[in-house]
Amino acid sequence: MFDWIQHIADWFVYELLGLRVGQHLAEALNFFIYDTTKILLLLFVVVFFMGIVNSYFPIDKVKNYLSRNKLYGLEYLIASLFGVVTPFCSCSSVPLFIGFVRGGIPLGVTFAFLITSPLVNEVAIGLFVGLFGLKTTIIYVISGVLLGSVSGVILQKLKLEVYLTPWVKEVLANAQRDQEVFQAENQTFKKRIPIIWAEVVKILKGVLPYVLVGIAIGGLMHGYIPEGFFEKYMDKDNLFAVPIATILAVPMYSNASGILPVVQVLVAKGIPLGTAIAFMMAVVGLSLPEAMLLKKVMSLKLIAIFFGVVTLCIILSGYLFNSLL
Amino acid sequence: MHKVIKILGTGCSKCQAMTVVVNEVISENKLDASLEKVEDLMEIMKFDVMTTPALVINDVVSVKGRVPSKNEVLALLND
Repeated sequence: MFDWIQHIADWFVYELLGLRVGQHLAEALNFFIYDTTKILLLLFVVVFFMGIVNSYFPIDKVKNYLSRNKLYGLEYLIASLFGVVTPFCSCSSVPLFIGFVRGGIPLGVTFAFLITSPLVNEVAIGLFVGLFGLKTTIIYVISGVLLGSVSGVILQKLKLEVYLTPWVKEVLANAQRDQEVFQAENQTFKKRIPIIWAEVVKILKGVLPYVLVGIAIGGLMHGYIPEGFFEKYMDKDNLFAVPIATILAVPMYSNASGILPVVQVLVAKGIPLGTAIAFMMAVVGLSLPEAMLLKKVMSLKLIAIFFGVVTLCIILSGYLFNSLL
Repeated sequence: MHKVIKILGTGCSKCQAMTVVVNEVISENKLDASLEKVEDLMEIMKFDVMTTPALVINDVVSVKGRVPSKNEVLALLND
């Protein structure tokens, strides 16, 4: 499907620049051109598609739906799935949290949404397809959604409401289920397109530098680090590899666009996919900056429990990935 | 008619982008409007928005969670 991009990259590097096949620089440059073109194309397609979905299911509608309906346990899965289609901005995580609490949505369900949203989103999916192929992407999306749901159920069972900050407890005490059905703006598809388009352009512009730097680093590693280099240190039988990679990654933060190209090269050079994905999930999903933001609504103890449960679930899915793939 | 504009946001890059857009629209069209940035979380939550930045014109939340174009802001302000 992407052969034509490879032809363009080959032509550019070997014909136009006249570099020799097998040269480190040539290989790295070829990889860079091929990967950026392919990934930007895929990103465009996925971001645009998700933009359409999101235009019809805005966050207020999601909240209203979760708040209004009795879902008999399915609400965790649904919240998690909505987390996928809702674009995530870490600066919105606190207002989102309050909005959910105010609508009478259980804490665990809110967590399910908050966990999945940064982990599985339009940018992550677009990059994943480009770097790892469709099959791995589907497994990643499913495990991301399950991870959010399961963590949400566990966090709900722990009865954490007492660890919210006082003003949030007040919001919780006055919580009301939304009664009215959400009135979505009744716009035609044609009218929605320009707004969706503007968002797509903005998102792509925003992630472009990360993708370019990520792929450039990836390209360098690709050209200069020998195959199987990491296998010595992190092979599948090393039981500690997954937890160490995960815990190292928790305080770090990068969005999916920066970290994924690097992860792909790590995998190509011999790090097991499950270990690499656990690392990536921990980088994208949990971070110190996020913990700082959440301090406004949660006590330190609650943040610690939240991070602990999610870390544990990430480690488990890392093992699962390693045994499945 | 004088418009009271508020921009709700805790100071992320998108909120700053929105402030720039709105400021430009006001000065370029010499509109009669006052602009206030609301950064306090409690205040923001009174407007019941879940995604920031949000643009509030005369106490009506007009845009939330994205940075509008200049034309869009102008249309909203001329309403």
